[in-house]
Amino acid sequence: MDLIELTIEKAHEGLVKKEFSALELTKAFLDKIKDLDKKISAFITVTPDSALSQAKKVDDLISQGRGIPILSGIPLAVKDIILIDGVKCTAASKILEDYIAPYDATVIKKLKSQGAVFLGKTNLDEFAMGASTENSAFFPTKNPHDLNRVPGGSSGGSAAAVAAGFSVYALGSDTGGSIRQPASFCGIVGLKPTYGAVSRYGLMAMASSLDQIGPMTRNVADARIVFEAIAGKDEKDSTSVEYQIPDTRYLPTGDLSKGDKIQSLRIGVPKEYFIKGMDPEVEKSVKNAIKKLELAGAKIQDISLPRNTDDALAAYYIIMPCEVSANLARYDGIKYGYSDSGAKDLMEVYLKSRKEGFGKEVRRRIIIGTYALSSGYYEAYYLQAQKVRTKIIEDFNNVFKSVDVIVVPTAPTPAFKLEEKSEDPLSMYLADIFVTAVNLAGLPALSLPCGKTASGLPIGLQIIGKQFEENKILELGEFFEKL
Amino acid sequence: MITKKEVQHTANLARIGVTEAEIEKFQKDISSVLAYVDKLKKLDLAGVEPTSHPVKIDNVTRKDEARPWPQRLLPGFLKVKSIFNGSN
Repeated sequence: MDLIELTIEKAHEGLVKKEFSALELTKAFLDKIKDLDKKISAFITVTPDSALSQAKKVDDLISQGRGIPILSGIPLAVKDIILIDGVKCTAASKILEDYIAPYDATVIKKLKSQGAVFLGKTNLDEFAMGASTENSAFFPTKNPHDLNRVPGGSSGGSAAAVAAGFSVYALGSDTGGSIRQPASFCGIVGLKPTYGAVSRYGLMAMASSLDQIGPMTRNVADARIVFEAIAGKDEKDSTSVEYQIPDTRYLPTGDLSKGDKIQSLRIGVPKEYFIKGMDPEVEKSVKNAIKKLELAGAKIQDISLPRNTDDALAAYYIIMPCEVSANLARYDGIKYGYSDSGAKDLMEVYLKSRKEGFGKEVRRRIIIGTYALSSGYYEAYYLQAQKVRTKIIEDFNNVFKSVDVIVVPTAPTPAFKLEEKSEDPLSMYLADIFVTAVNLAGLPALSLPCGKTASGLPIGLQIIGKQFEENKILELGEFFEKL
Repeated sequence: MITKKEVQHTANLARIGVTEAEIEKFQKDISSVLAYVDKLKKLDLAGVEPTSHPVKIDNVTRKDEARPWPQRLLPGFLKVKSIFNGSN
């Protein structure tokens, strides 16, 4: 049995049946990281000591014959923008290069209470701003399927870690596709939960009305397990909501040999998501996936969401930098991290610390946001984008009157080459064309593998649901995996 | 097209230092992004309410009552991490 290929369910089963110990499981991953992460660069920080001692605790419980929760002893990786008490948290930024987290994020607290094993912190685009993980201040992460290509971003380190067998699962964050797009590029499953379903306490804020933490896993069942473990209202995040994931099953089990069909399911396919310039292999693979669902009995409906690609992306690239410019004001060279020691007055402390501490993309977005919010431009940019946001939500609501879920590609292309887009910010932004509308509307969406290109690069299918209907998209995802 | 002066001014408002060469690069990058998002100006959205938050929630408050604080060492004092090296 290859321990590093196990899903959460299988690993849990193995631990409970004493086929292997939590220590063996953890060591298998730490060894793999040691051997291979030189090539992939998924991790910024690895924490072997605390991982091994946590694994030992779980083994003790098992040997005492005590029952353990499903995530107990299961190793995971965490995007380095989510705080773990006492562990360095850099946001892949020079400005926080030596910052030690002073407390646990709520999601971390919840996983710790189950006895999860934290292997380390994964690379990302600086402060989660990017679609390739090349904007990390430290190093780029490589795609395990092709080392000349990016893993996607911004949760590229987490996606690569799961794909390379460095951890059973990982946590990422998704502000405008940052879980789904790297999941698609690395051939894994990524869930962006409904806004408010998971507490953001302890997630460094990028764009507060869009950010959500979510699971990145080997299969849909694992995504469900992790989502259920981290979801729920938190008094420390006033935007989180009371939310019990319902037990209801919407679909039959998907055992097609028994003739199960999913007649009751109505799937909307918006024509605007199949655009000119899209990779033909991606288009073919996604259309094939839709065909399979149709053959399984789903009713496929052509729908139109005219504002949800181009206009949504434009609105996103106004709203997000505006929120970024406000959220990142706290990194002033005084309260946190890097401070320029040569500055002669307060103004120079700000200017120099933020110039040297922040990378190009972060500075670019802060300047764009500041510009769009400044007097004389506010109405034309920010207010107009907020109105577009209203229309996008209305469009989704209208479509969801006649369909249960929407199925689209996650990204217009498979993983692109390193440095292919890094000098042209707009072309990098266009990689997010199919993912940002979901964040603007606060909807849940799942990306899961639906095929590969001839050269072996993974392709992702995106299933979008109504707010707080994670259950439905996860169920369809599980069904699709069996087709 | 954003001018160099505007880039310099906005960077200053955002408290971000920029070099001459960077101003030029940012001018080019930011202009191309603004040209892309400018399409939204053409949409007729008169009378549409703006959305700043995707999930409907009202103001969230809690009762203003004192709660026990686990790290309290002495009455009126909090225990925090030490910031000075050496003894004391």
